Amino acid sequence: MRNLELGIWNLKLKKNAMIENTPIIKSTPEYTATRNACKLCAPLGASVAFKGIRGCVPIIHGGQGCATYIRRYLISHYKEPVDIASSNFTEESTIFGGGANCLAAIENVISQYQPEVIGMATTCLSETIGDDVKFYIQNFKDLTDRETLPHFISASTPSYQGSHIDGFHEAVASAVKLIAEGGEKGEHLNIFPGFVSPEDLRQIKNILEDFTIPYILLPDYSETLDNPIWDSYHRIPEGGTPIESVRKCGSARASIELGTILNKGSLSGRVKNNALATTAAEYLLESFGVENHRMPLPLGVSNCDHFFETLSQLSGKEIPMKYTKERGRLIDSYVDGHKYVFGKRAVVYGEEDLVVALSAFLNEIGIEVALAASGGESGRLEDEIRKYCPENTSEITVQNGYDYEMIHEWCAENKPDILIGNSKAYYIARELGIPIVRCGFPIHDRIGGQRIKHLGYTGTQELFDQITNMLIASKQDSSAVGYKYM
Amino acid sequence: MNEMLKGRKSQIVTKGHDDVAIACGKASIAGSVSQRACVFCGSRVVLYPIADALHLIHGPVGCAAYTWDIRGSLSSGPQLHRLSFTTDLKEKEVVFGGETRLYNALISLIDQYKPKAAFVYATCIVGVIGDDMEAVCRRVTREKGIDVIPLMSEGFNGTKKDGYKIACAALSKLIGTDQTSVVPEHSINILGDFNLAGELWMLAEYYRRMGVNMVACMTGDGRINDIRKAHKAQLNVVQCSGSMTYLAKDMEDKYGIPFMKVSYFGIEDMSDALYEVARFFKSDEMMQKARELVREELSKLLPALQEYRAKLEGKKAAIYVGGAFKAISLVKALRLLGMKTVVVGSQTGNQDDYNLLKELCDEGTIIVDDSNPNELSEFVKQTGANLFIGGVKERPIAFKLGLGFCDHNHERKEALAGYEGMLNFAKEVHASVCSPVWKFMK
Repeated sequence: MRNLELGIWNLKLKKNAMIENTPIIKSTPEYTATRNACKLCAPLGASVAFKGIRGCVPIIHGGQGCATYIRRYLISHYKEPVDIASSNFTEESTIFGGGANCLAAIENVISQYQPEVIGMATTCLSETIGDDVKFYIQNFKDLTDRETLPHFISASTPSYQGSHIDGFHEAVASAVKLIAEGGEKGEHLNIFPGFVSPEDLRQIKNILEDFTIPYILLPDYSETLDNPIWDSYHRIPEGGTPIESVRKCGSARASIELGTILNKGSLSGRVKNNALATTAAEYLLESFGVENHRMPLPLGVSNCDHFFETLSQLSGKEIPMKYTKERGRLIDSYVDGHKYVFGKRAVVYGEEDLVVALSAFLNEIGIEVALAASGGESGRLEDEIRKYCPENTSEITVQNGYDYEMIHEWCAENKPDILIGNSKAYYIARELGIPIVRCGFPIHDRIGGQRIKHLGYTGTQELFDQITNMLIASKQDSSAVGYKYM
Repeated sequence: MNEMLKGRKSQIVTKGHDDVAIACGKASIAGSVSQRACVFCGSRVVLYPIADALHLIHGPVGCAAYTWDIRGSLSSGPQLHRLSFTTDLKEKEVVFGGETRLYNALISLIDQYKPKAAFVYATCIVGVIGDDMEAVCRRVTREKGIDVIPLMSEGFNGTKKDGYKIACAALSKLIGTDQTSVVPEHSINILGDFNLAGELWMLAEYYRRMGVNMVACMTGDGRINDIRKAHKAQLNVVQCSGSMTYLAKDMEDKYGIPFMKVSYFGIEDMSDALYEVARFFKSDEMMQKARELVREELSKLLPALQEYRAKLEGKKAAIYVGGAFKAISLVKALRLLGMKTVVVGSQTGNQDDYNLLKELCDEGTIIVDDSNPNELSEFVKQTGANLFIGGVKERPIAFKLGLGFCDHNHERKEALAGYEGMLNFAKEVHASVCSPVWKFMK
């Protein structure tokens, strides 16, 4: 009977002297397994994007597990009901095609949810057997007796192509390709925010409203994935970008696309051509001549300035005083805190565009980006980081296609001062005694992941305060006497 | 309910109103937002707690990412099970095959982590691209001298239950491979406990106090070498019968080891689990010790529960969990707290489980198989439940509608089994149902 008493003892003390930490193992060049992946699969990203379209129910065309796992993963972050239907492949559908299941799934989703929109995302399984979802949708339309039908958007998101970020952008682009129409140019701007938090989306909307610029934000899951309490269960949560707005994307004054890597990478392992990876804004430029302003996420003073100046220039309106003051306060705090952060070495990880923006922000406050890593494999992370981090550029280590165990090894060897990114690196922080500031996606071990604000001057302010205080606390906690003033 | 899916009617019965037997064990309907996962998930969760084995998922990144450190299963030693390994297949492998990648991954992982055995899980795509996973595993077994066991657990190949079966078959391959170890008299295997929040340690301690020894637990705090000699036990004690009965039956056939189904939730079922084992060994001394243990534990527990019962008396609960056997125990445990079960359902229950539930529950209780958020929210509203017991996917439904929630899934961090667990359960139910925050929901 192995360690039984010890087991009880462990349980009571909640600490375990016998727990053997799995050794940190140096990855070797011929290593082909991914260990603790720092990325997720494409249908997850597509599901989030679909959740940001009003009245949309996502259907994942594949096995039951895909929808359930993705729901569970999203629910643990957003702490919200996330209904995603599945076409529920069986062995039969795998052999003879998933058409029947696809049609049944559409019918059942319509009868249960009466959705305005159905967003279909494919999976590795349905893509590999060659299912043509667009054809099935047409089939459904031909066969149904229903008089009113939802709009259909379908995105090709096999999980062996790219990561969840590719799925996200693919879904947004599909929506625009299928729905947007041209026409007389309006005053409105298209904002493609990328995979940011519901709080960030609210922040962007506030900014546009304060500027009094008409806008279309796609996707907008600021409400659907962060609902207030309900009197009764809402089968489809309120909020989201209306289909009419998506239609008007083609007649916008201009598009602002946040993120510079997007789904534009080489998509490692991809056999199909890269033209598939068109973004929504690129499509609108090519098809309707809507000019596109692509820029990093507005995080950090420089990138925020870029965003605000673009808004001002496109609308011909002054930057509202509110934001000038926010900017002033942010810089004032940079001054107050600069000594505590200068020269500290940070590891930044997660989605590529967030890593670029966070690195740019850290770079402008004097924190050294010791390692910028992502599971994404665009092949473009390094160039973008060098471009947006003008200070000490050569000292930054940039790694595409990294997993958490590689980050783990790197941290054990290089002993950084702080980890900045999602909650999944907590185990590294805990084992090596490095403080961690949680941001991005997912946050599975804290509440409030959906309310983390990263963007704008105030989002940057919140991150700056957190990071600075974390570094101050870590020094204070390890000081021999502790102190009451800094 | 304004519009329930037509095909779902037979899987919902109300005691006292519907005389028909509930339909169950069916595949989920396409387009319903089932709370179930897939075959792969079934296999993965059952074997996950085996701490000194390598668990490699052969497929694109998602299946591994979503099951990384997914269970609250504790290990008293190695922690290898908490890492997520995948071959992370890309389009290239999907077109040209992933066998080489699988072989390389296995060789390098085994060389570096030195596991006692390896489990390789097939995901949907493997079944389609036709990788011969079994051949690769045979080859690596030969070259590396450890058991490398393939699990043909393609997600589309049935339901989560089929995944359990596949996992049991994998365990079965290991059992009986240690012929030399000697186990003491009065030895049992514990099947279907996953050592969530250290529950196994608590249970094994109860048995130890009775003079019963444990050969292997499958799979909580599991070790390959214990599993190899599991055939030497005299009895299999099976919890979570949904997942482990296959294995228990298999061991009965092969080795003549009888099994009994037990539950460790709630004091009645917990105590029965001890008495039944004493009865099996026909030992008066053991029975005497079991009685003393139960008396001792209850003398501590019952007074402590009173405080909670006083506040929870008359409250109503809805239960929706993975296995029906757990649901049965929960109905009883809630009764001990003075609470009434108004909705009860499971993802994978069978006819016997549901019959038992029907017997056990009060008139008007809704019993449901393979439900979904729309139904569950409707049932909760209809019955005016104050508490929902379920897993992560059910939590936001409860919270959005303003009722308390108790996490009884495999991710929980509180031990809910045994006597100590019953007190934790009462505390957790109390903390949720009696929180002052609900007053703002009106």
